[in-house]
Amino acid sequence: MNKISGLETIQPAVESSRIQRRAARQQGQRWRILLDKLAGQGMGAITLAACALIIIVGYVLITRAWPLISTRTPGTLIFSDAWHPSQGEFGFWAFIMGSASVTLLAMLIAVPAALFSAIYLAEYSRARAVLKPLLDVLASIPSVIYGLWGVLFVVPLVRDHVSPWADRFLGDAIPFFANHNPTGYGLLSGSFVLAIMVFPIIVSVTDEVLRSVPQGMREASLALGATEWETTKLVVVRKALPGIIAATVLGFSRAFGETLAVLMVAGNVVQVPRSLFDAVYTLPALIANNYGEMMSIPMYDAALMAAALILLVVVLVFNIMARLILIHLSQESKA
Amino acid sequence: MDSVVSQLSIQDLNVWYGGQHALKNITLEIPRHEITAIIGPSGCGKTTLLKSLNRLIELNPHTRVTGQVLLDGENIYAPGVDVTQIRARVGLLAQKPFPLPMSIYDNVAYGPRIHGLKNGRMDDLVQHYLEAVELWDEVKDRLKSPATGLSVGQQQRLCLARALAVKPEILLCDESTSALDPISARAVERLLSSLKNEYTVVMVTHALRQAHRMADHVIFLWLGELVEQGPAEQIFEHPAEARTQAYLSGEIG
Repeated sequence: MNKISGLETIQPAVESSRIQRRAARQQGQRWRILLDKLAGQGMGAITLAACALIIIVGYVLITRAWPLISTRTPGTLIFSDAWHPSQGEFGFWAFIMGSASVTLLAMLIAVPAALFSAIYLAEYSRARAVLKPLLDVLASIPSVIYGLWGVLFVVPLVRDHVSPWADRFLGDAIPFFANHNPTGYGLLSGSFVLAIMVFPIIVSVTDEVLRSVPQGMREASLALGATEWETTKLVVVRKALPGIIAATVLGFSRAFGETLAVLMVAGNVVQVPRSLFDAVYTLPALIANNYGEMMSIPMYDAALMAAALILLVVVLVFNIMARLILIHLSQESKA
Repeated sequence: MDSVVSQLSIQDLNVWYGGQHALKNITLEIPRHEITAIIGPSGCGKTTLLKSLNRLIELNPHTRVTGQVLLDGENIYAPGVDVTQIRARVGLLAQKPFPLPMSIYDNVAYGPRIHGLKNGRMDDLVQHYLEAVELWDEVKDRLKSPATGLSVGQQQRLCLARALAVKPEILLCDESTSALDPISARAVERLLSSLKNEYTVVMVTHALRQAHRMADHVIFLWLGELVEQGPAEQIFEHPAEARTQAYLSGEIG
């Protein structure tokens, strides 16, 4: 300080310019701090607004569905399959069962295949760098294209080959394989198309989960003389199991909400499916097919909103469950 | 050194990672039932050399190995050799403990089960090896609980028991005490020293004092080359090479 005050008397001009520079610098500094705050808070606000959308969506659905929800019991809405809109009967059971059966069957087809693909990709493949992006491309194909492929390929296959064969050899013994629907549009076609669609998603997440298993754990098993398959089966998959479950749940919630591809191949008949080949009507298909169409029927609008609400709740619950498991896992692997 | 006392004989071993020449023309003998320490600065190829002794090196993609590693006269890199049998004979204790995602009991039983031991004799075997690593008294009441519940020091001793349960002839230790607290590190060190009556131990260490305390035989690597090897006393007291001298005195590394 003494030195500086000494300088001040000797070189006042230099010192004053120095003060100016310092003031300018402080001015600039204030701007930088302000900008920093603005940037942080601004981006935070935008993100928060996007997150708040879900609450707004939920609120809108509840208020619009309220006229129906408030005048019916949960029993007649959810557990009844009486769907007679013109008589004021809105039982969603057929749609709930339609969605559930298509989704469950799709998972039954997709999960085992996806699990083995992910194991191959994460543990065995030397071409992962090529295959993984390819799978991600599969996941990004618009669902209408899967739907078209379903109409052009899967439906004829089911109609001409699978359903007659199953009906002939299994239909008498097991009602589930009996064929009452000669069109090919139905549960099996919908499930198959849906399985193809969720397959890359499940593979992708499972692959990430498998790769998060520390390499040292594989080495520990291999160093004891285990084969690669023993290591994969007894160590890697066991370690990754919660994550694999999460990947499955994530695939389930994605499949449950899928609309267009299923709508195009599932037949859309209001009934609880009794056979693999029966036409099914899913919740998303109900909304997409009818919104803006039959609005002259009283309560129809509220009924579609209630369907949307059911869909939203199911998808959200499953999604949040999967995310929680995955978050828990990534924290565990860091620790 | 004649072939009776040397258990592992490495002849003209070269390892490449892609274009990187990680080990250059290594030829050396590893004596039976002694502790051999591999020393050298970081990145000199210590771990590469260690992991080429049980072919774990092959897990790295784009790795190429030439030369021979003779285990009791038999080249482990010869075509047709069953790598799982090699690894059953050459055990590994890694730098960090990696308990398998199963119970304490199953961790020890994992190797023997894979190699076909029936469950009947398993209880005795598990107890025997947990006693051998002085863990039995600490875990005998919770053998069925997950191994991840143990402390890091306990986990490393469990990993040692797991490795011994396969009855290897050679034990490779890759800086096996470096992740442990001083007390656990000393315990593992003491265990390893006591094992040399039955096992040949090859250890990588960057702690010269540890090598001093434990090793009978020392190998000094420098940038992928073997600079000097010999009895520990000779290397530590009278190193022949200038680079060994410089490393031991802390001038390089």
